[in-house]
Amino acid sequence: MHADPKGVLTGIHFIDGDHAACEGALAAGCRFVAGYPITPSTEVVERFASRIPLVGGVFIQMEDEIASSIAILGGAWAGKKVMTVTSGPGLSLMMEHIGLAVITETPCVIVDVQRGGPSTGLPTLPAQADLMQVKWGSHGDYEIIALSPNSPQECFDLMIKAFNLAETYRVPVFFMMDEVVGHMTERVEIPAPEDIDVVDRKWTTKKPGEYNVYQAGADLVPEMVKAGDGYRIHVTGLTHDERGYPAMNPVAQDKLVRRLINKIRDHREDIVDVREDGVEGADVVVVSFGITSRVAQAAVEQARVRGVKVGHLRLVICWPFPATRIAQLAETAKAFVVPELNMGQMVLEVERAVCGRAAVLPIGHAGGTVHEPATILNKIMEAAQ
Amino acid sequence: MSGLPSLNANLEQEFGLINPVMPYLRQDRIPHIWCPGCGIGTTVNCFARALTDSGMDLDKVAIVSGIGCTGRVAGYMNLDSFHTTHGRAIPFATGLKLANPGMKVVVYSGDGDLTAIGGNHFVHAARRNMDLMIVCVNNFTYGMTGGQVAPTTPIGPTQTTMPYGNFENPFNLPFLADACGAVYVARWTVYHVKQLAKAMLDGLNKKGFVFIEAMSPCPTLYSRRNRLGDGVDQLKYYKEKSVIRNGADTKEVGIAYQGEIVVGKFVDRERPTWLDSMNSHFGSVFGDRFTPYGVTDGQE
Ligand SMILES: Cc1ncc(C[n+]2csc(CCOP(=O)(O)OP(=O)(O)O)c2C)c(N)n1
Ligand code: SF4
Ligand SMILES: [Mg+2]
Repeated sequence: MHADPKGVLTGIHFIDGDHAACEGALAAGCRFVAGYPITPSTEVVERFASRIPLVGGVFIQMEDEIASSIAILGGAWAGKKVMTVTSGPGLSLMMEHIGLAVITETPCVIVDVQRGGPSTGLPTLPAQADLMQVKWGSHGDYEIIALSPNSPQECFDLMIKAFNLAETYRVPVFFMMDEVVGHMTERVEIPAPEDIDVVDRKWTTKKPGEYNVYQAGADLVPEMVKAGDGYRIHVTGLTHDERGYPAMNPVAQDKLVRRLINKIRDHREDIVDVREDGVEGADVVVVSFGITSRVAQAAVEQARVRGVKVGHLRLVICWPFPATRIAQLAETAKAFVVPELNMGQMVLEVERAVCGRAAVLPIGHAGGTVHEPATILNKIMEAAQ
Repeated sequence: MSGLPSLNANLEQEFGLINPVMPYLRQDRIPHIWCPGCGIGTTVNCFARALTDSGMDLDKVAIVSGIGCTGRVAGYMNLDSFHTTHGRAIPFATGLKLANPGMKVVVYSGDGDLTAIGGNHFVHAARRNMDLMIVCVNNFTYGMTGGQVAPTTPIGPTQTTMPYGNFENPFNLPFLADACGAVYVARWTVYHVKQLAKAMLDGLNKKGFVFIEAMSPCPTLYSRRNRLGDGVDQLKYYKEKSVIRNGADTKEVGIAYQGEIVVGKFVDRERPTWLDSMNSHFGSVFGDRFTPYGVTDGQE
């Protein structure tokens, strides 16, 4: 399906990542946003609030992030594509509803423009320390999808992908920006609507009476309906059967939780998205995501000038993690260098995939600014020894 | 709530009688979880009556609950029904309503759910005049979790977390709803089934934030713990100590332990809803460039 022209500002723009993310959401068909202001994410909802009246849709500033994160779930069950936008403290408040979105299989996008933490931390400065929280923050076992753009252009492009993934797999999808990507202004090209591929909701073609709200086929993703269509659905956060009715026993739990997890794990290789630069046969592989990938790229290029066979693997999608690809590279690489704006989160996944076959050198950072390219360069040189 | 399916089937076969509530329930989910003497089922009967009398297209009515004994109501109603998280039925319902304004959205939950953990959402939805009908089953306690103190518990009775008697001041819920801007505020008990059903009918027909408090016994926890007898004894209390005072000043309708219960319709006024305000405001700002939102939505 093509994008609805009403939401698409085709042309060349000079805007920051927050604004580009908003345009991406509008182009993807998002027509309901509930949010609560928080630096450095607020510009996303401010732009949405100013754009939506003439596009057709609703923005509401709720009383807090708990409310925002469940209002969008109501909006999704009423048939809209939905998004909420926040940063660390708000993300922490949303956690119960990440679980609700997972268990009710409600497509939604949660934008997290990361800032330094813990707690109020560094409201106006960057970090990448929510990587594990988006994956594990709500209680119980589950899988989600998370993307991490490194430029305003990608804030637009990947936002469309984020909505498409949310609709395809019916999971909450995190859009992990950071303060620098959110506030950096660059050229952003918005294509014509017919050049933007948009995935529609997986609406059922079954009639009321034939349809079970949580009956899934081979892809493990059930078809959806919306309130008001006569299906008289029941949707609950309790463990439920295919009819959506509470079924609180170990058998039903096993069936549901396995399906919720496997609908992502079984499609992991389809979902994974990495950008590779000279990784094949490299002695050293730098693994990065988000804003850090831009600093790392500079360091990689400097190291090449010094004769190091170094590659760069950048995660465009952080979750699911590209463990298979990293394991392959571990067959030939001597070392992996892992810079990230946190004290060592993604590196745990890299270590898990490498599984002792190569050295793994973390470059932690407490956040507040980006790495110095020299720090990464030095680590690459050390790894190449 | 009446009866098991077998009993119903017998009535139907032998006497040609159909329990008029049954079509409104998900019959494959009966028997329900509520205790004998619990008042929640009575409120559901009233709600079913109100739905019948409203003549509404039931495909366009959604019910949203939080978590609690009352929170289970959504799961039994044969409507589009959503059982959400504790305290958050109102913001879920807000999203549902705003994204499909053609729906009538009813929030049905407990006193703890709506006014303790969900209190912030309650006051803001009333302030905004969000077009939602709120049914609050007030049993003075947290039923689902075993009888802890609630923001509605009067001073005096014991609760598991107020083992020496409650010393916290309770909310007067009609006053709270009134002060925050609700356009319709009523309180009835499960003794007043006709009036409660009528209030629910009023609520279904009213646009804006409607608040209906349904006083309801929890014989298993609140009554037993405080030696107040069974469900019937609580009904007797409601019967003897209720006074109907329509239009009463909501400031004056607080409830003391086993004290007088002022019931009635306290508030019935008009205010533009959130969506009406949005549409008229954007209409004046953007003129013809603005297409009123939700006017055809939901009627596709
Ligand atoms: C976040 C969260 N905190 C606590 C609970 C546990 N809990 C479930 S129901 C409930 C209270 C229910 O009381 P009320 O809303 O009055 O409903 P009732 O059972 O009395 O009808 C609590 C505390 C929960 N489910 N979720
Ligand atoms: S515990 Fe109380 S409120 Fe809950 S079902 Fe039993 S009687 Fe009703
Ligand atoms: Mg209660």
